[in-house]
Amino acid sequence: MIMDVRLILLFLLLLFASESLANEEIVEKDEDFSEALLLRPLPDRKVLAHFHFQSRLPPTNLHGRHHHLFPKSIFQLVQKFHLREMELSFTQGRWNYERWGGYDPIASSNAKPPGVELWAVFDVPQHQVDAHWKNLTHALSGLFCASINFLEHSTTYATPEWSFRSSGGNLKYGTLPREAVCTENLTPWLKLLPCRDKAGLSALMNRPSIYRGYYHSQRLHLMSNEFDSNGLSSGIVLDQTLTIVLQPNILGTGGVFSSGSTLQPSWSLSSLFGRKVGGRCVLSKSSNVYVQLDQNLVSELQKVGKENEGSHHDISENFWSDPSFEMSVPPDKKIREVESLDSGGSSILYEFSVENYSDSKPFDLGFRWKVPLVWSCQQAPLSVSRYLMGSGNERGSIAISLKSNRMSHRMKNVDNNAGECWLRVDLFQVVPWYVKVYYHTLKIFIDEELQSMADTVEKIRVSPSEDKGLPGVMEMTLRLPCGVRSAALTLEFDKGFLHIDEYPPDANQGFDIPSAVVVFGDFETSMHLADDDSLNKIPLLSKLRDNNRVLAYTEVLLVPLTTPDFSMPYNVITITCTVFALYFGSLLNALRRRVGEERRLLKSKASKKTSQLSLLLPKLFAKLRRKSWEPPNQSSSSSSFNYKLIVKVLLVAGLAVVWQYYSS
Amino acid sequence: MEKPAEKKKKKPSKSDSGSGSGFEFWKWAIASIIFRLILIYFPKNLNLASRPEISTPLTSLRRLAEGYWLKELSMSPYSGSMYHGSPLLLSILGPLTVKRLEGQPNHLLCSLVSVIADSISAMLIHGIGQRLQGAYCRNLRSLGLWEPFEGALPSGDLAALVYLWNPFTIVTCVGYNTSPIENLFVLLSLYGACTGLAPVAAFGWVVATHLSLYPAVLIIPIILLLAYGLDAPPRKLFLQKLSQKAGSDSSSDGHPESVEAQSTPFSLRPVLIFTFWSLLWATYILVLCGISLKMSGSLWEMFERTYGFILTVKDLSPNIGVLWYFFAEVFEFFRNFFLIVCHANILFMILPLAIRLYHRPCFLAFVYMAISSILKSYPSVGDSALYLALLALFANELAEMQFSFFLFCGYVGVSVLSPVMHNLWIWRGTGNANFYFATAMAYACFQVVLVVESVSSMLNHDRRIRKLSTSTKA
Repeated sequence: MIMDVRLILLFLLLLFASESLANEEIVEKDEDFSEALLLRPLPDRKVLAHFHFQSRLPPTNLHGRHHHLFPKSIFQLVQKFHLREMELSFTQGRWNYERWGGYDPIASSNAKPPGVELWAVFDVPQHQVDAHWKNLTHALSGLFCASINFLEHSTTYATPEWSFRSSGGNLKYGTLPREAVCTENLTPWLKLLPCRDKAGLSALMNRPSIYRGYYHSQRLHLMSNEFDSNGLSSGIVLDQTLTIVLQPNILGTGGVFSSGSTLQPSWSLSSLFGRKVGGRCVLSKSSNVYVQLDQNLVSELQKVGKENEGSHHDISENFWSDPSFEMSVPPDKKIREVESLDSGGSSILYEFSVENYSDSKPFDLGFRWKVPLVWSCQQAPLSVSRYLMGSGNERGSIAISLKSNRMSHRMKNVDNNAGECWLRVDLFQVVPWYVKVYYHTLKIFIDEELQSMADTVEKIRVSPSEDKGLPGVMEMTLRLPCGVRSAALTLEFDKGFLHIDEYPPDANQGFDIPSAVVVFGDFETSMHLADDDSLNKIPLLSKLRDNNRVLAYTEVLLVPLTTPDFSMPYNVITITCTVFALYFGSLLNALRRRVGEERRLLKSKASKKTSQLSLLLPKLFAKLRRKSWEPPNQSSSSSSFNYKLIVKVLLVAGLAVVWQYYSS
Repeated sequence: MEKPAEKKKKKPSKSDSGSGSGFEFWKWAIASIIFRLILIYFPKNLNLASRPEISTPLTSLRRLAEGYWLKELSMSPYSGSMYHGSPLLLSILGPLTVKRLEGQPNHLLCSLVSVIADSISAMLIHGIGQRLQGAYCRNLRSLGLWEPFEGALPSGDLAALVYLWNPFTIVTCVGYNTSPIENLFVLLSLYGACTGLAPVAAFGWVVATHLSLYPAVLIIPIILLLAYGLDAPPRKLFLQKLSQKAGSDSSSDGHPESVEAQSTPFSLRPVLIFTFWSLLWATYILVLCGISLKMSGSLWEMFERTYGFILTVKDLSPNIGVLWYFFAEVFEFFRNFFLIVCHANILFMILPLAIRLYHRPCFLAFVYMAISSILKSYPSVGDSALYLALLALFANELAEMQFSFFLFCGYVGVSVLSPVMHNLWIWRGTGNANFYFATAMAYACFQVVLVVESVSSMLNHDRRIRKLSTSTKA
């Protein structure tokens, strides 16, 4: 039966590859896939592109183990490692919270620390979690062609308890800040999509253009409740997102306007990606492109619209036009965020369906500004940065500084009882063991004044690092007054010294301290879209509507560590052993030397022995002592000496045999 | 460390000239304590606390403060690899690290404890020295050899002043670490053994071993001290003397029983008392540790984190010893082998030294302390301060030691070069680990030469006494 379905599928694909069929019903109802692309102009003349692919798998007990769309490798991962939730992200570049926003759903869930970040929640008893994690890292490492297996070692991952995400101890979190991300990681990620990058929106992923961007983060998020005891399973949901920030090619920018500000660059899909969308992926349930104008931009646009009142939306030639910008394709739908009390304005989404396009008539959205506009993105309540202090390779300190963004109007969730207003900030930081943090030196400054721990720290959990065993983990909830302008935390540390084998090949580059995570627990961000069934069907929009916690990742710190001399371990070993030998030999010699008897003994020995060998030894001794060597008067007693020698040799041989016997 | 040798040279004239050397001694001792009090008032502790020469991972009070902080958070003080000291120190010194006196430097209370420990140590050395001095004169007189050794130095005063004015001791005392306390207990055990107070000796020995493991080897000198009494020339000489005397007094018949009575035989009783008290104190200390770790850790964890840390050389941060760089460079496969070799180097020397120097248990204690300070996993200048003070106790016996000027220069050179090389390597990045390690190596060599030379000159001293006594006999 499965074969039949596949055959039918293949047949239909072949038959209708070129033509686009509306409302195609090849996909079985229970297993579905959908794709979406969100584009957003950013204030600093860049464009954010956010691809979102979602695959859903109904519960195994209803559906069986065979699937048509859902990637088998992921299904096997979930089955084998009893994953409840997992997120893996590959990121290059750093999300610029000031310019690209820190208070919208996309920033809070898609701004990731550089390198690889992996966290997973397992549905197994506590004592098995570590073993499952280790196996998972190896499996993912093979699946995504990355060195995720380095997260296997207990020094690289941590168990956050409440600050990162609350879970009952089954959450493991690990990052590899230095992992380089490239196409070799993207290709296996694309393989999980039913159309790969052959059709649909993923066809836009032209490697040179997406890796040219300022920020590139590919993410895989997996949610499953296959193993729920209550049996209310909803299957597995796999979200794959690719978030990139691109700089549009500036071709013949319009002249400088009277205000002195320049026009934002115009862009189109083909100029951003070098490709056009040749229709949708036929296996996807929905395939949409959105253009989002965020709320500050919308309020700017409204201002401009009021200034030149006369001209209204009109469709001229090919362009759909607004007073301040125009788009080459008229949107199918305009979704406006519901105005709410707390938010300053409402953002607008323009929806374009690519279902009606095909290879012969590709979809290429152009976006052109008419008026120069300056706006800023929404900021998180506090902007976070982390840096190192001190010089030299012996010690230093880490400072995390929080600066207020003056968003007092948003402090609605803050508890307001007793006239006090507090802002809660959760901090989660993992520090590798060779950065030996002295947690007792934790100092908290609010508005540049030193505060006591009891006043500002609501909750703290420290798990100090263990040499070559565990990383240092600090979780903390800070309680800051709402009117805070700036807050800073400092922690002193000593730099560790490693064994030469533990240094990476480029030891002098330094070592990375992974990003700290700062969660603003009182704040949640979401788009307030009207309750509409049609919107709920689109996974991207329902994701945007979900309440997301506002969080920010800090910079990765690069700590230079002292290096030993890698080139001469042999010299060190031999010279040190020489000193040991000097100590042992000379001390023993001093102890066993008997000045008076020595000469006498020498004489009597010399007089006894006649053989050439036995003559040589005292001669040498005498020479060493710089005393005249008088040849012994020849006498004969060599037989006893030989006998002694034979006994000694036999004794040593016997010992050797016994040793050999017992050691083997 | 420049001073001890200097002192050795200078002191003779001073004590020879002044008959009121007792007053002189107290003057200098009080001056040294005042000097320390002035130094601890310096802001930022003169940055000595972070010097690798002064505070090791075992003795650093900064790590102790971290352990105390963890304990206050009801975690095990040993969780994480920060604290490796005793839980008792944590209970005693821990509160002092957080307590602040208004308007005073943060480290003031702990530094005051160090100053007190140092002054008690000096008094103990003084006491040991006076007893040794008495025994020295008595023995020589009884051998009838007083004349050639006339004009003996007051070694107790000398050693105490060497301890107090040694720059190593001063920087250790001011440098915010626990070495002064460890030294105090080592000296307490020696003092107890010298005065025949077995319970005190047992207490000192148990606590010193508990704090830093290496003083465990002192059990041999302590037992010898308790059993045979203080340092003396070889016993054979007394027997010869006695038999000779007996022969001359009553030429017809010797009195073997009188000989036995006058020589010092092995007395078992103090040794048994010492064993009993050691066991008692050890149980007491373990119970106390158990109580203080009851909430957060276990005794096994304590042993693993203190003794295990010492024996396996886990921390490879630079210090003035040779093991850190050795184990940073040695191939992982051979690590265990070399760990055994390094520790065996201390153990293998115990028996030969005990056999050869059993008649001089205090000197034996000095040699053991010096050897362990050469080969211990985390040495600091505090250990050198201790053995240099013990060395000064034998100023009379070692008067003819060779290379003393060479050694003095070596100590000065190393203590100047080592911080320079450390600075170049760690702070400026222009140097290289090998330069710093070379100074550590040189330091180890100088210590080896010091030990070997002092042992051989002590043996020569015995030879000389024998020669003189046989010649007088003849």
